[in-house]
Amino acid sequence: MATLHTVNRSPFQDQALLSCLRHVKKGDSVLLFEDGVYGAMSGTALSDTVAELGADVSVYALDADVAARGIDSARLLEGVALVDYAGFVDLAANTERTQNWL
Amino acid sequence: MSYEVNGVTIEHDEEGYITNLSEWSEDLAKVIAGVEEVEMGDEHWAVVNFLREYYEEYQIAPAVRVLIKAIKKKLGPEVGNNKYMYELFPYGPAKQACKIAGLPKPTGCV
Amino acid sequence: MSDDEVKKFLYVNRKAPYGTIYAQESLEVVLIGAAFDQDVAMAFLDDGVFQLTKGQDTKGTGLKNFSPTYRALGDYEVTKLYVEQESLDERGLTLDDLQDIQYEDEDDDYAEKPSIIVVSRDQMASLMAEQDVILSF
Repeated sequence: MATLHTVNRSPFQDQALLSCLRHVKKGDSVLLFEDGVYGAMSGTALSDTVAELGADVSVYALDADVAARGIDSARLLEGVALVDYAGFVDLAANTERTQNWL
Repeated sequence: MSYEVNGVTIEHDEEGYITNLSEWSEDLAKVIAGVEEVEMGDEHWAVVNFLREYYEEYQIAPAVRVLIKAIKKKLGPEVGNNKYMYELFPYGPAKQACKIAGLPKPTGCV
Repeated sequence: MSDDEVKKFLYVNRKAPYGTIYAQESLEVVLIGAAFDQDVAMAFLDDGVFQLTKGQDTKGTGLKNFSPTYRALGDYEVTKLYVEQESLDERGLTLDDLQDIQYEDEDDDYAEKPSIIVVSRDQMASLMAEQDVILSF
Protein backbone atom coordinates (compact mmCIF):
# COMPACT_ATOMS: atom_id res chain seq x y z
CA MET A 1 0.00 0.00 0.00
CA ALA A 2 1.06 3.47 -0.74
CA THR A 3 3.01 5.89 1.41
CA LEU A 4 2.76 9.68 1.64
CA HIS A 5 6.26 11.13 1.90
CA THR A 6 6.67 14.70 3.07
CA VAL A 7 9.68 16.97 2.58
CA ASN A 8 9.98 20.45 4.05
CA ARG A 9 13.61 21.30 3.31
CA SER A 10 15.16 22.84 0.24
CA PRO A 11 17.02 20.26 -1.86
CA PHE A 12 19.79 22.85 -2.22
CA GLN A 13 20.25 22.76 1.55
CA ASP A 14 20.36 19.02 2.26
CA GLN A 15 19.69 15.55 0.89
CA ALA A 16 16.17 14.98 2.27
CA LEU A 17 14.35 15.25 -1.06
CA LEU A 18 16.88 13.20 -3.02
CA SER A 19 17.02 10.53 -0.35
CA CYS A 20 13.22 10.46 -0.25
CA LEU A 21 12.96 10.06 -4.03
CA ARG A 22 15.49 7.21 -3.92
CA HIS A 23 13.29 5.31 -1.45
CA VAL A 24 9.84 5.76 -2.96
CA LYS A 25 7.74 2.96 -4.39
CA LYS A 26 5.66 3.22 -7.53
CA GLY A 27 2.30 4.78 -6.67
CA ASP A 28 3.53 6.68 -3.60
CA SER A 29 2.88 10.39 -3.15
CA VAL A 30 5.45 13.04 -2.28
CA LEU A 31 4.24 16.29 -0.78
CA LEU A 32 6.61 19.27 -0.77
CA PHE A 33 5.91 22.03 1.73
CA GLU A 34 7.71 24.94 3.40
CA ASP A 35 11.20 25.16 1.80
CA GLY A 36 10.56 21.76 0.25
CA VAL A 37 8.61 23.49 -2.54
CA TYR A 38 11.89 24.74 -4.05
CA GLY A 39 12.38 21.11 -5.10
CA ALA A 40 9.35 21.43 -7.40
CA MET A 41 10.88 24.15 -9.56
CA SER A 42 11.91 23.65 -13.18
CA GLY A 43 15.09 25.09 -14.62
CA THR A 44 17.25 24.37 -11.58
CA ALA A 45 20.39 22.25 -11.30
CA LEU A 46 18.27 19.56 -9.65
CA SER A 47 15.16 19.68 -11.84
CA ASP A 48 16.15 16.81 -14.13
CA THR A 49 17.12 14.60 -11.19
CA VAL A 50 13.86 15.31 -9.38
CA ALA A 51 11.83 14.65 -12.54
CA GLU A 52 13.68 11.40 -13.20
CA LEU A 53 13.59 10.01 -9.66
CA GLY A 54 9.99 11.15 -9.23
CA ALA A 55 8.71 9.62 -12.45
CA ASP A 56 6.72 6.83 -10.77
CA VAL A 57 5.18 8.90 -7.99
CA SER A 58 2.70 11.75 -7.66
CA VAL A 59 4.43 14.96 -6.60
CA TYR A 60 2.45 17.68 -4.84
CA ALA A 61 3.42 21.13 -3.61
CA LEU A 62 1.53 23.07 -0.95
CA ASP A 63 0.04 26.10 -2.69
CA ALA A 64 0.38 28.53 0.23
CA ASP A 65 4.11 27.81 0.51
CA VAL A 66 4.61 28.12 -3.26
CA ALA A 67 2.82 31.47 -3.28
CA ALA A 68 4.63 32.71 -0.18
CA ARG A 69 7.96 32.18 -1.95
CA GLY A 70 6.86 33.98 -5.09
CA ILE A 71 7.17 30.89 -7.27
CA ASP A 72 4.98 31.27 -10.34
CA SER A 73 3.05 28.08 -11.05
CA ALA A 74 4.43 28.22 -14.62
CA ARG A 75 7.87 27.56 -13.14
CA LEU A 76 6.89 24.30 -11.49
CA LEU A 77 8.06 21.00 -12.91
CA GLU A 78 5.64 19.34 -15.26
CA GLY A 79 3.33 16.98 -13.39
CA VAL A 80 3.59 18.73 -10.02
CA ALA A 81 0.11 19.34 -8.63
CA LEU A 82 -0.69 22.16 -6.24
CA VAL A 83 -2.70 21.25 -3.14
CA ASP A 84 -4.14 23.31 -0.32
CA TYR A 85 -4.15 22.32 3.36
CA ALA A 86 -7.34 20.31 2.94
CA GLY A 87 -5.70 18.46 0.04
CA PHE A 88 -2.73 17.70 2.29
CA VAL A 89 -5.07 16.16 4.85
CA ASP A 90 -6.82 14.13 2.15
CA LEU A 91 -3.51 12.77 0.94
CA ALA A 92 -2.55 11.69 4.44
CA ALA A 93 -5.96 10.12 5.00
CA ASN A 94 -5.81 8.17 1.75
CA THR A 95 -2.42 6.54 2.21
CA GLU A 96 -1.41 3.65 4.42
CA ARG A 97 1.40 5.49 6.20
CA THR A 98 3.22 8.80 6.25
CA GLN A 99 6.97 9.22 6.26
CA ASN A 100 8.49 12.59 7.05
CA TRP A 101 11.92 13.22 5.55
CA LEU A 102 13.31 15.59 8.16
CA MET B 1 19.21 19.74 48.54
CA SER B 2 22.04 17.46 49.53
CA TYR B 3 23.28 14.38 51.40
CA GLU B 4 26.02 14.58 54.03
CA VAL B 5 28.58 11.76 53.89
CA ASN B 6 31.72 11.71 56.07
CA GLY B 7 31.62 15.48 56.27
CA VAL B 8 31.19 15.96 52.51
CA THR B 9 28.10 17.56 50.98
CA ILE B 10 26.70 15.83 47.89
CA GLU B 11 24.00 17.58 45.87
CA HIS B 12 20.86 15.82 44.71
CA ASP B 13 17.79 16.77 42.68
CA GLU B 14 14.25 17.18 44.00
CA GLU B 15 13.69 13.42 43.81
CA GLY B 16 16.91 12.47 45.57
CA TYR B 17 19.04 11.42 42.58
CA ILE B 18 22.58 12.73 42.91
CA THR B 19 23.55 15.27 40.28
CA ASN B 20 27.23 14.40 39.87
CA LEU B 21 27.49 10.66 39.29
CA SER B 22 31.21 10.57 40.06
CA GLU B 23 30.53 11.53 43.70
CA TRP B 24 29.05 8.12 44.49
CA SER B 25 30.58 5.88 47.15
CA GLU B 26 29.36 2.88 49.14
CA ASP B 27 29.05 5.15 52.15
CA LEU B 28 26.82 7.47 50.15
CA ALA B 29 24.74 4.48 49.03
CA LYS B 30 24.15 3.62 52.70
CA VAL B 31 23.07 7.20 53.43
CA ILE B 32 20.62 7.26 50.50
CA ALA B 33 19.33 3.82 51.49
CA GLY B 34 18.74 5.20 55.00
CA VAL B 35 16.65 8.07 53.62
CA GLU B 36 14.72 5.54 51.53
CA GLU B 37 14.30 3.25 54.55
CA VAL B 38 15.99 0.37 52.80
CA GLU B 39 18.33 -1.81 54.85
CA MET B 40 21.14 -2.89 52.55
CA GLY B 41 21.79 -6.65 52.51
CA ASP B 42 23.89 -8.73 50.12
CA GLU B 43 21.11 -8.95 47.57
CA HIS B 44 20.55 -5.18 47.64
CA TRP B 45 24.25 -4.69 46.99
CA ALA B 46 24.18 -7.24 44.18
CA VAL B 47 21.43 -5.24 42.45
CA VAL B 48 23.16 -1.90 43.06
CA ASN B 49 26.47 -3.22 41.76
CA PHE B 50 24.78 -4.73 38.74
CA LEU B 51 23.17 -1.36 37.94
CA ARG B 52 26.49 0.45 38.21
CA GLU B 53 28.18 -2.06 35.92
CA TYR B 54 25.31 -1.81 33.42
CA TYR B 55 25.53 1.97 33.40
CA GLU B 56 29.30 1.88 33.00
CA GLU B 57 28.96 -0.39 29.97
CA TYR B 58 25.88 1.05 28.23
CA GLN B 59 25.53 4.59 29.60
CA ILE B 60 21.91 4.04 30.62
CA ALA B 61 20.08 2.80 33.68
CA PRO B 62 18.07 -0.22 32.55
CA ALA B 63 14.27 -0.31 32.61
CA VAL B 64 12.81 -2.43 35.41
CA ARG B 65 11.95 -5.42 33.22
CA VAL B 66 15.45 -5.43 31.76
CA LEU B 67 16.90 -5.27 35.26
CA ILE B 68 14.79 -8.14 36.58
CA LYS B 69 15.60 -10.32 33.59
CA ALA B 70 19.31 -9.69 34.03
CA ILE B 71 19.21 -10.34 37.79
CA LYS B 72 17.35 -13.57 37.14
CA LYS B 73 20.13 -14.66 34.83
CA LYS B 74 22.82 -13.61 37.29
CA LEU B 75 21.38 -14.56 40.70
CA GLY B 76 18.66 -17.02 39.75
CA PRO B 77 14.85 -16.86 39.70
CA GLU B 78 14.52 -16.71 43.52
CA VAL B 79 15.92 -13.17 43.46
CA GLY B 80 15.24 -12.25 39.84
CA ASN B 81 11.47 -12.00 39.99
CA ASN B 82 9.09 -9.10 40.27
CA LYS B 83 7.77 -9.89 43.74
CA TYR B 84 11.12 -10.39 45.42
CA MET B 85 12.69 -7.37 43.74
CA TYR B 86 9.85 -5.19 45.02
CA GLU B 87 10.42 -6.63 48.50
CA LEU B 88 14.05 -5.54 48.26
CA PHE B 89 13.15 -2.11 46.87
CA PRO B 90 9.52 -1.33 47.73
CA TYR B 91 9.43 1.92 45.73
CA GLY B 92 10.45 0.15 42.55
CA PRO B 93 13.57 -1.90 41.92
CA ALA B 94 14.77 0.27 39.07
CA LYS B 95 13.86 3.69 40.45
CA GLN B 96 14.90 3.18 44.05
CA ALA B 97 17.94 1.01 43.37
CA CYS B 98 19.19 3.47 40.74
CA LYS B 99 18.93 6.26 43.27
CA ILE B 100 20.99 4.27 45.77
CA ALA B 101 23.44 3.33 43.01
CA GLY B 102 23.97 7.01 42.21
CA LEU B 103 22.56 6.73 38.69
CA PRO B 104 20.04 8.88 36.85
CA LYS B 105 16.41 7.85 36.86
CA PRO B 106 15.90 4.93 34.44
CA THR B 107 14.89 5.83 30.91
CA GLY B 108 11.15 5.50 30.52
CA CYS B 109 10.24 6.22 34.13
CA VAL B 110 7.89 9.13 34.71
CA MET C 1 -6.61 -3.43 12.05
CA SER C 2 -7.60 -4.36 15.61
CA ASP C 3 -6.08 -2.62 18.62
CA ASP C 4 -4.40 -5.67 20.06
CA GLU C 5 -2.61 -6.54 16.85
CA VAL C 6 1.16 -6.15 16.96
CA LYS C 7 2.17 -3.34 14.64
CA LYS C 8 5.39 -2.86 12.76
CA PHE C 9 7.23 0.27 13.86
CA LEU C 10 10.28 1.53 12.02
CA TYR C 11 12.45 4.26 13.50
CA VAL C 12 14.26 5.95 10.61
CA ASN C 13 17.58 7.59 11.48
CA ARG C 14 19.15 9.92 8.92
CA LYS C 15 21.26 12.29 11.02
CA ALA C 16 24.78 12.17 12.38
CA PRO C 17 24.98 11.68 16.16
CA TYR C 18 26.22 14.94 17.73
CA GLY C 19 25.41 17.86 15.42
CA THR C 20 21.73 17.75 16.29
CA ILE C 21 19.69 16.11 19.06
CA TYR C 22 17.78 13.80 16.65
CA ALA C 23 19.93 10.67 17.11
CA GLN C 24 19.87 10.76 20.88
CA GLU C 25 16.14 11.53 20.95
CA SER C 26 15.46 8.63 18.62
CA LEU C 27 17.37 6.23 20.84
CA GLU C 28 15.51 7.42 23.89
CA VAL C 29 12.12 7.07 22.20
CA VAL C 30 13.04 3.56 21.02
CA LEU C 31 14.00 2.51 24.56
CA ILE C 32 10.79 3.90 26.01
CA GLY C 33 8.66 2.57 23.15
CA ALA C 34 10.16 -0.91 23.56
CA ALA C 35 7.93 -1.42 26.60
CA PHE C 36 4.83 -1.58 24.39
CA ASP C 37 5.47 -5.00 22.83
CA GLN C 38 5.33 -3.94 19.21
CA ASP C 39 7.48 -5.17 16.35
CA VAL C 40 10.21 -2.55 16.48
CA ALA C 41 13.10 -2.09 14.07
CA MET C 42 15.53 0.74 13.40
CA ALA C 43 16.80 1.92 10.04
CA PHE C 44 20.06 3.81 9.52
CA LEU C 45 20.61 5.60 6.24
CA ASP C 46 22.27 8.76 4.94
CA ASP C 47 24.23 10.38 7.81
CA GLY C 48 22.36 8.11 10.23
CA VAL C 49 24.98 5.42 9.60
CA PHE C 50 27.49 7.60 11.46
CA GLN C 51 25.52 6.91 14.67
CA LEU C 52 26.81 3.33 14.77
CA THR C 53 30.53 3.91 14.23
CA LYS C 54 33.11 2.52 16.65
CA GLY C 55 35.53 4.55 18.68
CA GLN C 56 33.37 7.57 19.50
CA ASP C 57 34.95 9.59 22.30
CA THR C 58 33.12 12.77 23.30
CA LYS C 59 35.28 13.77 26.26
CA GLY C 60 36.64 16.86 24.56
CA THR C 61 33.18 18.13 23.62
CA GLY C 62 31.28 17.99 26.90
CA LEU C 63 28.58 15.91 25.17
CA LYS C 64 27.41 12.55 26.44
CA ASN C 65 28.75 9.62 24.42
CA PHE C 66 25.57 7.62 23.86
CA SER C 67 27.07 5.21 21.34
CA PRO C 68 27.45 2.39 23.94
CA THR C 69 23.68 2.49 24.42
CA TYR C 70 23.08 0.97 20.98
CA ARG C 71 24.63 -2.22 22.38
CA ALA C 72 21.91 -2.33 25.07
CA LEU C 73 19.08 -2.41 22.52
CA GLY C 74 19.07 -6.21 22.50
CA ASP C 75 18.12 -6.20 26.20
CA TYR C 76 15.06 -4.19 25.16
CA GLU C 77 14.23 -6.73 22.45
CA VAL C 78 15.14 -4.31 19.68
CA THR C 79 17.17 -6.70 17.60
CA LYS C 80 16.85 -5.46 14.01
CA LEU C 81 19.10 -2.57 13.02
CA TYR C 82 18.93 -2.15 9.25
CA VAL C 83 21.89 -0.28 7.77
CA GLU C 84 21.89 0.86 4.16
CA GLN C 85 24.84 -0.31 2.08
CA GLU C 86 24.79 2.68 -0.30
CA SER C 87 24.89 5.11 2.61
CA LEU C 88 27.94 3.30 4.02
CA ASP C 89 29.63 3.29 0.61
CA GLU C 90 29.02 7.01 0.02
CA ARG C 91 30.73 7.76 3.33
CA GLY C 92 33.68 5.44 2.82
CA LEU C 93 32.51 3.11 5.59
CA THR C 94 32.26 -0.66 5.81
CA LEU C 95 30.63 -2.94 8.37
CA ASP C 96 34.02 -3.11 10.13
CA ASP C 97 33.75 0.58 10.98
CA LEU C 98 30.55 -0.03 12.94
CA GLN C 99 30.20 -1.29 16.50
CA ASP C 100 29.63 -4.99 16.96
CA ILE C 101 26.04 -4.97 18.21
CA GLN C 102 24.54 -8.27 19.32
CA TYR C 103 21.48 -9.64 21.03
CA GLU C 104 20.84 -12.86 22.93
CA ASP C 105 18.29 -15.08 21.23
CA GLU C 106 16.15 -16.46 24.05
CA ASP C 107 14.63 -19.02 21.70
CA ASP C 108 18.06 -20.36 20.78
CA ASP C 109 19.71 -20.99 24.17
CA TYR C 110 20.72 -17.32 24.48
CA ALA C 111 23.04 -17.55 21.51
CA GLU C 112 24.56 -14.17 20.64
CA LYS C 113 23.53 -12.98 17.20
CA PRO C 114 24.33 -9.82 15.27
CA SER C 115 21.66 -7.10 15.33
CA ILE C 116 23.00 -5.16 12.35
CA ILE C 117 21.55 -6.18 9.00
CA VAL C 118 23.08 -4.49 5.97
CA VAL C 119 20.52 -3.94 3.20
CA SER C 120 20.55 -2.35 -0.23
CA ARG C 121 18.70 0.88 -0.96
CA ASP C 122 15.98 -1.09 -2.77
CA GLN C 123 15.58 -3.41 0.20
CA MET C 124 15.40 -0.38 2.50
CA ALA C 125 12.63 1.11 0.36
CA SER C 126 10.70 -2.16 0.51
CA LEU C 127 11.20 -2.39 4.26
CA MET C 128 9.74 1.09 4.68
CA ALA C 129 6.77 0.15 2.55
CA GLU C 130 5.97 -2.79 4.87
CA GLN C 131 5.56 -0.71 8.03
CA ASP C 132 2.45 0.26 9.92
CA VAL C 133 4.16 3.27 11.47
CA ILE C 134 7.31 5.15 10.49
CA LEU C 135 8.91 7.50 12.99
CA SER C 136 11.53 9.79 11.50
CA PHE C 137 14.53 11.30 13.23
